[in-house]
Amino acid sequence: MDIHVENAIVADHSKINRVYFLLTLTAPNCSIMAKPGQFVHVRIPRLDGAVLRRPFSIFDVVGDQIKIIYKPVGKGTDAMTRLIKGDSLSIMGPLGNGFPDPAEGRLPVIVAGGYGAAPLFFFASRSLKKGIAFLGGATSQDIILPDRFKKLGWKIKIATENGSMGTRGLVTLIFDEWLSKNGKKNEFECYVCGPDGLLKAMALRALKHGWKAWLSLDKHMGCGVGACLGCVQRIKLANDTEGWARVCKDGPVFEASQIIW
Amino acid sequence: MVRKLNIKEPDLSVKIGKVIMKNPVMTASGTFGYGKEYSGFFDIDEIGAVVVKGINMAGSDGNKPPRIVEVTAGLVNSIGLQGPGVKKFIDEYMPFFDKYDVPVIVNIWGKDIDEYVQVASCLMKIPRVSALELNVSCPNVKSGGAAFGTDEKNLSKLIAKVRKVTDITLIVKLAPNVSRIADFARICESEGADAVSLINSYPAMVIDVDRRRPVLANKIGGLSGPAIHPIAVKLVWEAASAVKIPVIGIGGISSVKDALEFIIAGATAVAVGTANFTDPLISLSIIAGIKDYLIRHNMPSIKSLIGSLST
Repeated sequence: MDIHVENAIVADHSKINRVYFLLTLTAPNCSIMAKPGQFVHVRIPRLDGAVLRRPFSIFDVVGDQIKIIYKPVGKGTDAMTRLIKGDSLSIMGPLGNGFPDPAEGRLPVIVAGGYGAAPLFFFASRSLKKGIAFLGGATSQDIILPDRFKKLGWKIKIATENGSMGTRGLVTLIFDEWLSKNGKKNEFECYVCGPDGLLKAMALRALKHGWKAWLSLDKHMGCGVGACLGCVQRIKLANDTEGWARVCKDGPVFEASQIIW
Repeated sequence: MVRKLNIKEPDLSVKIGKVIMKNPVMTASGTFGYGKEYSGFFDIDEIGAVVVKGINMAGSDGNKPPRIVEVTAGLVNSIGLQGPGVKKFIDEYMPFFDKYDVPVIVNIWGKDIDEYVQVASCLMKIPRVSALELNVSCPNVKSGGAAFGTDEKNLSKLIAKVRKVTDITLIVKLAPNVSRIADFARICESEGADAVSLINSYPAMVIDVDRRRPVLANKIGGLSGPAIHPIAVKLVWEAASAVKIPVIGIGGISSVKDALEFIIAGATAVAVGTANFTDPLISLSIIAGIKDYLIRHNMPSIKSLIGSLST
């Protein structure tokens, strides 16, 4: 059987700043197989009346542990904040397709919005090539991992909408500045995760200029394995046709030119 | 703590029409994909039957997203019967089952009677298809929905026409939102259906109060999950009391107790739906739980449990 449902044990659970939580789970099966860009489908304990699991990108894998970064935004993630060391929870995964490596000779360029930086950090940590990471968010609280990227030897550029860290403005602003000076089409590939607006903005740039951008999509998911067809995204298919892709199974990473917005 | 028991291996097998199932636990259409999606979790030969997602003639794009929203103890979906169409289904999805023995039940739907008949004719030629389940109750598409499942005359005509073209086991999946379910079950029986399955999801709606808009792009959807289980038990009991053909109990099963309620109410088999999303291995625990129940109650066969309700 090649998909694992595993009882993971909470090894550590802490706040990394005022907003975001870092959950470390001991999950030997999942951790050995996890690839950057994949996610785990978590059954949140003590969440009465829930029928669905919640998908979380994998932020890091260390030994037999996987790490998840999340922000409480609803019933499920609120209940998650109450997890304590030693708690057991059922996880499914790793699921989905991860980020591919950039083509030979191309620089990996990360563009992250908020906790979109989480799966991209995992990507950066496994990438043979060190690249550049553009990290954006509403406030400095949303720039969650700058030091970790730096430690990997990546260059980082930061933008916040309120100007509390880095350049004031959207992350696309600092990306565009870099693009106008350095961004030659066949020399880099983009890796993007964040709000839909950011994904779309980056996809439009990629199409306009002809470089590759790998987007990690975030949708409400049901089964997580491609059965329920709840998390679909319109994409281009062969022969100029279009159809639905399952974000959980066919994604969550798609190349920008595939997506129909 | 283990009591001394006479029964070691109770007989869990049941028969629906011509289909012999090794145990009474199947999957509910739409919650188990086309079998393949869950085959990575466990050996699907362990369950009684696989019911695949609804198939029509031409294929269907389904509804626009958002298509699902979780509610307390349930899920409202408006997938809208997205599917590949019968030809592609036969060519690309059915061969997967060649390496398994599990009975395959194909849920079918159409915009009109002709389409149901066409789909049924195509599928009856495929030896690996064990039975057809007529979907006359999808709350998310105009056709294939209320037009048949909530109208006695249309339902009767549809079953009669499909029955004429196929001699494989025919199951009719009933809608819960009718005033007298017994009447609908009796129509199925008298028109030659081999079994009825119920319930489909219950028509429902969720509103985003901040945006003052429906959450689902389709506005309405179908409620499934534990929230509908007691409703389903009542309807299964009424249907099973009204007909002699087997009844398949569906609706919010998330534990062995839920499955047992259906069986005691008169269901010959049960189908697990939304709970597959919560726990992909739940069918296996339900099968084990039913077996355990029979042992504890000293019952040599599931048959003595079916319809054993005292009122």
